[in-house]
Amino acid sequence: MRTLALDIERKFAGGPTIRAALQVPLEPAVVTVLFGPSGSGKTTLLRCLAGLDVPNSGTIRFGQESWFDGAHGVHVPPQQRGVGLLFQEYALFPHLTVEHNIGYGLRRSPVAERATRVQQIARLLNIADLLQRRPGRLSGGQRQRVALARAIAPRPRLLLLDEPLSALDAPTREDLRGELRRLLEQTGVPSVVVTHDRVEAMVLGDRMAVLAEGSIRQVSAVPEVFSSPADVVVARVVGTENVIPAHVLELRDGLALVEVEQTRLWAVAPDHVASEVYVCIRAEDVILEPAPSARTSARNELVGAVVAVAHEGPLVRATLDCGFHLVTLVTRASASALGLEPGAKVAALVKATAIRLIARA
Amino acid sequence: MDLGALRLSLELSALTTLLLLLLGLPIAHWLTTTRWRWKVFVEAVVALPLVLPPTVLGFYLLVAFGSRSPVGRAFVSVTGHPLAFSFQGLLVASVLYSMPFAVQPFAAALARVDRHLVEASYTMGEGTLQTFRRVSLPLALPGVIAGAVLTFAHTLGEFGVVLMVGGNLPGATRTLSIAIYDSVEQLDYGAASETSLFLLAVSFAVLVITYALQRRSLLA
Repeated sequence: MRTLALDIERKFAGGPTIRAALQVPLEPAVVTVLFGPSGSGKTTLLRCLAGLDVPNSGTIRFGQESWFDGAHGVHVPPQQRGVGLLFQEYALFPHLTVEHNIGYGLRRSPVAERATRVQQIARLLNIADLLQRRPGRLSGGQRQRVALARAIAPRPRLLLLDEPLSALDAPTREDLRGELRRLLEQTGVPSVVVTHDRVEAMVLGDRMAVLAEGSIRQVSAVPEVFSSPADVVVARVVGTENVIPAHVLELRDGLALVEVEQTRLWAVAPDHVASEVYVCIRAEDVILEPAPSARTSARNELVGAVVAVAHEGPLVRATLDCGFHLVTLVTRASASALGLEPGAKVAALVKATAIRLIARA
Repeated sequence: MDLGALRLSLELSALTTLLLLLLGLPIAHWLTTTRWRWKVFVEAVVALPLVLPPTVLGFYLLVAFGSRSPVGRAFVSVTGHPLAFSFQGLLVASVLYSMPFAVQPFAAALARVDRHLVEASYTMGEGTLQTFRRVSLPLALPGVIAGAVLTFAHTLGEFGVVLMVGGNLPGATRTLSIAIYDSVEQLDYGAASETSLFLLAVSFAVLVITYALQRRSLLA
């Protein structure tokens, strides 16, 4: 399988050092989310991939090509890497029309071909009626689409997106998340998306790499990162322990009934409900009671066996098997009161308001 | 007004401006992009004519143009006449003397161009030169025009350096400012006031244009 393989070190004068190793599959084209808190070096990593920043040592290989090799003095300049980069603030050329922004990277193509390509991309992104405008007269969402159009017009081999939604206001961001995912699928180009937003990671990504405290600590499928963080740093960074695929059965009174494996749960319905969703539950929002629960009529009651127990200072992290794995976080006192140990049966209660539904990519 | 002097002044100013566009833009571009730790020395050299008495610059140029310097000898062997007290010598002096008036506005305008725009251009396959032509220069254009206009006006009004390097040869080195000095020496106040008024009007118009352009570039 062709991959983009990166193993680099980047030092900052008087600051931290980032050591990152990451493999991004190129076939099939998937979206890899580079996730981490602010200041963790995500953007720097992205810039190293684009060739705009130079690592101190290590290697970057794109398939058979060497893009960077510190030991052999190899550094392929950004012009020759064939990547499309979407900047956080979009960096549209303010003196050029949308048409010329999109066509910017096509200078070497024949004029007729360039015009055809611009039209084709503009239609794909639904901005054909904006071609004669300048970026100053576009809304945030339109700018994002023009920037994406400009990045994909020269047919890049790799798309890099730096916080693609962070320059938008909150309502627009909500609207455009799903749309961006569809566009990334349509372009068919392997992409790396930098974000510090959990929801963005879930909606946009197929795979997820977590960058925290100077290194990439985990690379796995998106739900897996949330449900089985590789270490406590990842767990802390991703915050939401339980991310489980589910589908929506019905909507009633602002609530959604979702089916997770064989279990049914009620959750507060978001504004836009897709049929396929992720059920997101934070470990500390799960209430544990002895099984069987006294309140059998309670909604969202899950009965299961403890499969793993881990002590984390004053807290205990217990994983239940209730058709799916549910990570819970309780105090040491309640853990001993419940007799939490592998094999023990307990009931888990989750309030409908503690369940977050996020449309699945 | 001395029309010969006017023509000479306009020619000198136009050529100086042209040369400083060709020379000053690469220097300004280099100054805004280099990470070379000693670039302050280059910046200081470019700015020197702002603080140096024109006579000092003129004196060194005279020495450099003289038959004892390699530059002076090389020029004589190629053209058959010395650089000093010639139009070419005046042009060299003007370019050096007006350097800060071109390079500083150029550099300021180029430095204001968002670095990400340049990088976006790089990722789309364009090299330094094409990026400069397609992105940096168009965006810095108001500042570049302002620098060119300032250079033109500054050269039009220069006196000390011209007097030192060029002297007062009608048709070759006698510029407008020299003509004013000449008129006053001959107590021809009428001619002096005519030429002075002309220079005053031109300078004022130039500054108005410059400030208007800078305003626009800040708003854009």
